[in-house]
Amino acid sequence: MVAALVRLRLLVLRNSFKRSVGQLVAVILGGLYGLFVLGMIVLGLFALNFAPTELARTIVVLGGSLVTLGWAVLPLFFSVEQTLDGPHLSVFPIPLNKLLVGLLVSGVVAVPGAVTMLASILTAGSWLRLPGVAVIALVCGVAGALLCVMLSRAVTSAAAGLASGRRFKEAAGILIFIPLILLGPIIAGTASSLRHSANVLPSLADAMSWTPLGAIWAIPSQVALGDPLGAVFRALIGAATIAVVFVVWRWGLARSLVTPVHATSRVRASGKLGPLGLLPGTPAGAIAARCLVYWFRDPRYLRQLVIVPLMPLLLWFYTTFTHVPAIVFAAGPIVAFLLGVTLIADVSFDSTAFVLHVAKGVPGRADRWGRAFAVLVFGLPAVVVITFLMAALHSEWMPVPALLGLSFALLLGGLGVSSVTSAVVVFPAPAPGDNPFKTRAGANTALLGSTFLSWGVLAIVAAPEIVLLIVSLVTGDMLWGWLCLLVGVVLGPISLAIGVRLGGQVLDRRAPQLLMQLRKDA
Amino acid sequence: MTDVNPSVPSEGADVAPARVAPAPPAPSSTQPEVPAAAGQHRIDSPEPDPRAALSLRGLVKTFGQKRAVDGISLDVPVGSFYGLVGPNGAGKTTTLNMATGLLTPDAGVVTVHGVDVWRHPLTAKAQIGVLADGARLFDRLTGEQLVVYSGLLSGMDRPTAISRTRDLLQLLDLQDAAGTLVVDYSAGMTKKIALAGAMVHAPRLLVLDEPFESVDPVSAANIRDILGGFVSGGGTVIVSSHVMDLVQRMCDHVAVITGGRVVASGTVDEVRGGADLEDRFVELVGGRRVQEGPEWLRHS
Repeated sequence: MVAALVRLRLLVLRNSFKRSVGQLVAVILGGLYGLFVLGMIVLGLFALNFAPTELARTIVVLGGSLVTLGWAVLPLFFSVEQTLDGPHLSVFPIPLNKLLVGLLVSGVVAVPGAVTMLASILTAGSWLRLPGVAVIALVCGVAGALLCVMLSRAVTSAAAGLASGRRFKEAAGILIFIPLILLGPIIAGTASSLRHSANVLPSLADAMSWTPLGAIWAIPSQVALGDPLGAVFRALIGAATIAVVFVVWRWGLARSLVTPVHATSRVRASGKLGPLGLLPGTPAGAIAARCLVYWFRDPRYLRQLVIVPLMPLLLWFYTTFTHVPAIVFAAGPIVAFLLGVTLIADVSFDSTAFVLHVAKGVPGRADRWGRAFAVLVFGLPAVVVITFLMAALHSEWMPVPALLGLSFALLLGGLGVSSVTSAVVVFPAPAPGDNPFKTRAGANTALLGSTFLSWGVLAIVAAPEIVLLIVSLVTGDMLWGWLCLLVGVVLGPISLAIGVRLGGQVLDRRAPQLLMQLRKDA
Repeated sequence: MTDVNPSVPSEGADVAPARVAPAPPAPSSTQPEVPAAAGQHRIDSPEPDPRAALSLRGLVKTFGQKRAVDGISLDVPVGSFYGLVGPNGAGKTTTLNMATGLLTPDAGVVTVHGVDVWRHPLTAKAQIGVLADGARLFDRLTGEQLVVYSGLLSGMDRPTAISRTRDLLQLLDLQDAAGTLVVDYSAGMTKKIALAGAMVHAPRLLVLDEPFESVDPVSAANIRDILGGFVSGGGTVIVSSHVMDLVQRMCDHVAVITGGRVVASGTVDEVRGGADLEDRFVELVGGRRVQEGPEWLRHS
C-alpha cells in the first residue's frame, strides 16, 4: 500500500512533465536550482568542520528552525501536491495508518522533501571530527526532515478542515490566517531589533534550541559541546513535537476523509439584487456588479482583499522596527499595485462559469470594463485613504501628491495591463468553493510567467510617475510632486482605456480558446 | 413527415405548458414546414440551410490525436424538438459547443436561422440559449441575481431583465429559492436556474446539453413541459441525452452520433423504423456485449 502511494506520487510527477513543454522547462530549471542550492548547502555544511563548534551550532540550529518554520507556513500560500490528499483517497479502503506512512514517504520523495531530507542528513558532514556526533546528526537529520514533511501536511489538513467546516464562515476562514501572514514581519522585526545588540545570533540559536522548531537540530551540537543532559532534554522536546504534529495530522486527515471540502453559505432575502440593482444596467455594469459581489463574498477574492488593511499594518511594523519612517509611505502605491495586478486571475477564478459570458456574446470590452470597474470602486478610495492616513500618522504631507500620482498609475495601469494578460492566458486556480489557499498543480509556472511579464509592462507604463516621484523626493520640491499627481491622473486612465480596448479585442478573438483551457483545468 | 406542432406527451403533469412566456414569435411557427427541409436529402449540399433553426455542415474538431467530431452535418428544422443521442464520448458536447459559438471548429460551417455563428457571433448568439453541460454557474449569486445577470449580459435593460426573471422563476417554480445562493441549490434546481438563464433573452433556439442529468423525475417532467411549451410557442429545442426513453417520448426529431459522425437522423419514427429507439440505438452504435461479467464478481 505504501509502495503503491509512493509509486502514484512518482507517476504524477512524471506525468506532470508531459503536460506541456513550458512545465517541463520549469521543472528542469527548478530542479537545477534545487540542486545548486543543495550543493551550496552541502559545501557549507562540510566547511563547518573547520569552524568552531559554537558557530556550527548557531548555523545549524537557526537554519534548521527556519526550514521547519518554512515547511509549516509556506504550504498555506503555495502549492502542495494535491493528488495524494485525503479527499482524493477517501474512496479507497486504505487503513489510516498505512495512509499516513504512505503520504509521509511520498512527501519525502517529492522534490522539496528530497532536498530537505538530503540536506538534513548531510548535517552529519559537519561532524567528521567526532564520528559519534555524526551518527547522532544523521538520525536527527532524518527526524528533522520527517518533522518538516509532517508539519506541512498537518498544517494544510488542519487548515483545510477548519476552513471548510460548517461553523466557520468563509470570511472567518480568511481572518484566521491574518495573524499567520503577520507572523513573518513579527519574527523579522524581532530578529532585526535583536541584531542591534552584539553577538545575538548564538543566543537566538540557544533560545530556538528550546523551541519545537529548533530542538531536534540542536541535539548533535549539544553532545559535541559536552552537554549530554541538554541533548536529552532537547531530544524529549523534539520527540514530543513529532508526536503532537503526528496526532494533529492524523486528526486532520481522518477528518478530511469524511468531510467534503466544499464550504456552505447562508440564505439571503429574495428580491434583493445587491450591486446588480445599483450599477448601470448594461453588460459592463452587470459584470462590475457581479465582480463586486464576488470580491466580498468569495474567499478567493477576500484573501486578496485583506491585503488592503493588512499592507499598511505590515509596513507600520517594519517602520517601528527599522525606524525608517519612509517605508510606511509605500503602503498606498503597494496596495494600488497589488489590487491592479490581482485582475490577472479574474477569468481563471470564474472557472467554467465564464461560459455564460461567451454564450451570451458579451463584447470583450464590456467584460474588461466591468471587471476593472469593480476593483476601482473600492480600490481608488482605499488607496487615497491609505495614503492620507499614512501621511497623517507621520504628519508629513510633502510626498502625498506624488504618492497619489504613482498609486493612480499603478492601480489603473495595473488594471489595464492585467486586462490584456487575463484575456491571453488562464491558469488552474482554486475552484469556487475550494480552500482559497489551495494552489492547483501546474498553476505556478503559467502564473509566474504571465505575472512577471505583466509586472515588467506595468513598470514601463508607470515609469513617468516613478521618475517624477523620485525627482520630487530628491529635490524636495513640491512642484514635482504635483506634476506627478497630474501625470498619474491623466496617464492612468489612458493606460487603463488602452488596456481595456486591447484586452477586449483579444478576448473577442480568444474567448473560445480560454473556455477550452478552463474546461481542461476544471 | 414532420409533425409541425409537436405535442409533447405531458404524462399527466399538472403544469400547463402553454403558459410559457419567453417564447418569441417565430415566423415559421404557424405555416407548415416544408417536409424536405427536415430530411437528409439536402444535407449533401455543402451550403447550410438558411431556413433551418440550426444547420451544421462538415463540422470537424480534433483534440490532439483524437478526432472528436469527424464531419458532422445536420439540419434542425424550425419548431422541432430535436434529440441528439450517442454514447459517452461520441462528440455530442463538442458538436453542441461548436454549434453555439463556445468552441472553435477546425472546419465546417454553423448557421442559426441563416446567421453564420462563427462569422457573426454576436447576432447569432442573441438567438441562441445555451445550457452547457458540466459548466459551473456564477454560484455565489442568488438565483434571482444570476438570472438578472444573464439578462443584462444579453444587453436588455434592467426593468425587462427583472420582470422576465420574475416570470421565469415562477415558471420554473423557483420563487421560494430566489434569494438563496445558487451554490446551495440542489442539482435539479441548479439545472432549472441555468435553464432560466439560458431562456431569459428569449432565444429562438435552445441548445441544452444533458438537461436531465442528475435531475429528479419531478423536476425533469417540469422541465420537459416547459420545453414542450417553448416548442409549441414556435421555438426550437435541441437536447443531448443518453436516456433513449426520454428522447423517444419527448423529441420529434433525433440524430444518432457515434465516433464523431452522424449515423442516423430524421424524425424519431424514421430513425427507429418501428423498433424501440433504444434497441435501434444499440444496433447503430454497437458495443453491446452479452456476458455476465467475470467469475469473481458473482456472489451467488
